[in-house]
Amino acid sequence: MMAVTALKPKAAVAAPAKTADVVRLATPIARPARVAGKVLRFVGENVAPPMIVLMILLVIWQVAASGDASGLPSPSDVWAQSSELILDPFFVYGTQDIGLGWRVLTSLERVAYGFGLAAIVGVLTGAAIGQSIWLMRGLDPIFQVLRTVPPLAWLPISLAAFMDSAPSAIFVIFITAIWPIIINTAAGVRAIPQDYRNVAAVLRLNQIEFFFKIMVPAAAPYIFSGLRIGVGLSWLAIVAAEMLTGGVGIGFFIWDAWNSSRLTDIIVALVYIGVTGFILDRLVGWLGGIIARGTTA
Amino acid sequence: MSYLKIDRVFKAFASGARATEVLSDIRLTIEKGECVSIIGHSGCGKSTLLNLVAGLTQVSTGVIKLEGREVNAPGPDRAVVFQNHSLLPWLTVYDNVNLAVTKVFGATRTKAERHAWIMENLDLVQMTHAADKRPGEISGGMRQRVGIARALAMEPKILLLDEPFGALDALTRAHLQDAVMDIHARLKNTMIMITHDVDEAVLLADRIVMMTNGPAATIGEVLPVTMARPRDRIALAAQPDYLRAREAVLRFLHERHRLVEAAE
Repeated sequence: MMAVTALKPKAAVAAPAKTADVVRLATPIARPARVAGKVLRFVGENVAPPMIVLMILLVIWQVAASGDASGLPSPSDVWAQSSELILDPFFVYGTQDIGLGWRVLTSLERVAYGFGLAAIVGVLTGAAIGQSIWLMRGLDPIFQVLRTVPPLAWLPISLAAFMDSAPSAIFVIFITAIWPIIINTAAGVRAIPQDYRNVAAVLRLNQIEFFFKIMVPAAAPYIFSGLRIGVGLSWLAIVAAEMLTGGVGIGFFIWDAWNSSRLTDIIVALVYIGVTGFILDRLVGWLGGIIARGTTA
Repeated sequence: MSYLKIDRVFKAFASGARATEVLSDIRLTIEKGECVSIIGHSGCGKSTLLNLVAGLTQVSTGVIKLEGREVNAPGPDRAVVFQNHSLLPWLTVYDNVNLAVTKVFGATRTKAERHAWIMENLDLVQMTHAADKRPGEISGGMRQRVGIARALAMEPKILLLDEPFGALDALTRAHLQDAVMDIHARLKNTMIMITHDVDEAVLLADRIVMMTNGPAATIGEVLPVTMARPRDRIALAAQPDYLRAREAVLRFLHERHRLVEAAE
């Protein structure tokens, strides 16, 4: 890595100063070799080790689940009984018989509502709490207690409150995701340097200008780490939420598969949920990295 | 009527039941176009005094008046150049100045006029070349220049400088002092500058306000500096007026009001 990054600017600087053919000779040879080397190294460092470990784990699982007394399916059982779910995520055979890709998308839509709402309410609430020492003292202990309540525990209450399964499911996702967003935003706002507040005071920025021009950019790294935890939690809540709503979500699929004893389908669905959660986490992390780039300088 | 009048100002900070008096009976008047530097040992309340004028802190008793109007809240008519530049790191140099200009002149000037005004102020501190850079990409001296440009761009009635060059190396500091003298000569603006550097105080100021040690610090002495402008640091180095002023400040700071460190 070091050698590669060191070469690049040197070549760029040298180009105008030296004769042109030196550069022209060097680039076509160096570039493909460099790219190939990079790809190889990336595969060697990041792809190969988890693949090898995965293989080993699958073998152990196969051996452990092969006995007659075993209640759990082995990897080969999963393949034999549920290969269609693995191979084609987007089939449609009927309103209830669709591929897991569609189910994940339905669940993602639900998470988008719940998490989007949690993000807006959480950032605004967190900003208010970070600004006011009295709000902080009053609300922080309550939030610290509420954030430990598991998603399933909110189900009966939200059902009682909304009397309908669809908004209740979104509420469960919302209430699960909101706490880390509030708590992190408040911490970020409290950490805004006094200097920035003085600048805002001298310029007489009003509350809205202060929020958008100082508070959000200054607290962006904190806000995004809160959002990242929040998106993970809201995806965790999806199974609980969809036990209520039924329909076609991935969470409901697991509940349904359990009721009809299709254990292998559940295992495939777990992998889908895990991979989707991983992608969501990276997506928010990547977005935060881009937006917060300026603030850390 | 004087331009800025600080009249019998006391300032105490309450911590729990105990109140610590920081400033005691400060009386000072500053005329339009004057450059006053305030010098004193650290912890004597220089910065507190500046924050009072800026409106960032409130007086306990007494009154501060700018052009006859009482100062009790911060505002762009008293722009501050902060010690650690306080530029917003997520905005470019241009946008940092633009934030101030849009806020102060957003209603009265067109976009083109504002752009010209931003570039004019960046040019005043010789920073037009870095307009599109972020504060993290330029040196400490350059950041402080941009801080000055941002403050000047608000067209303040009085410019408040809080140890603006304290964190810079001696050579960079000299460059910036020249820049400030140059700006003062051109714009004839009113300035209050906090410093702990004797040479800086003598070089830049029309009057040097010397403060006694805290707690309950007050103005010990005011020394007029009468040397003609423009002042040149090399020519001044051997001039009797300069040396006398310098000696007077040194005597005040190190003989009569030597800082007695608390026994630790």
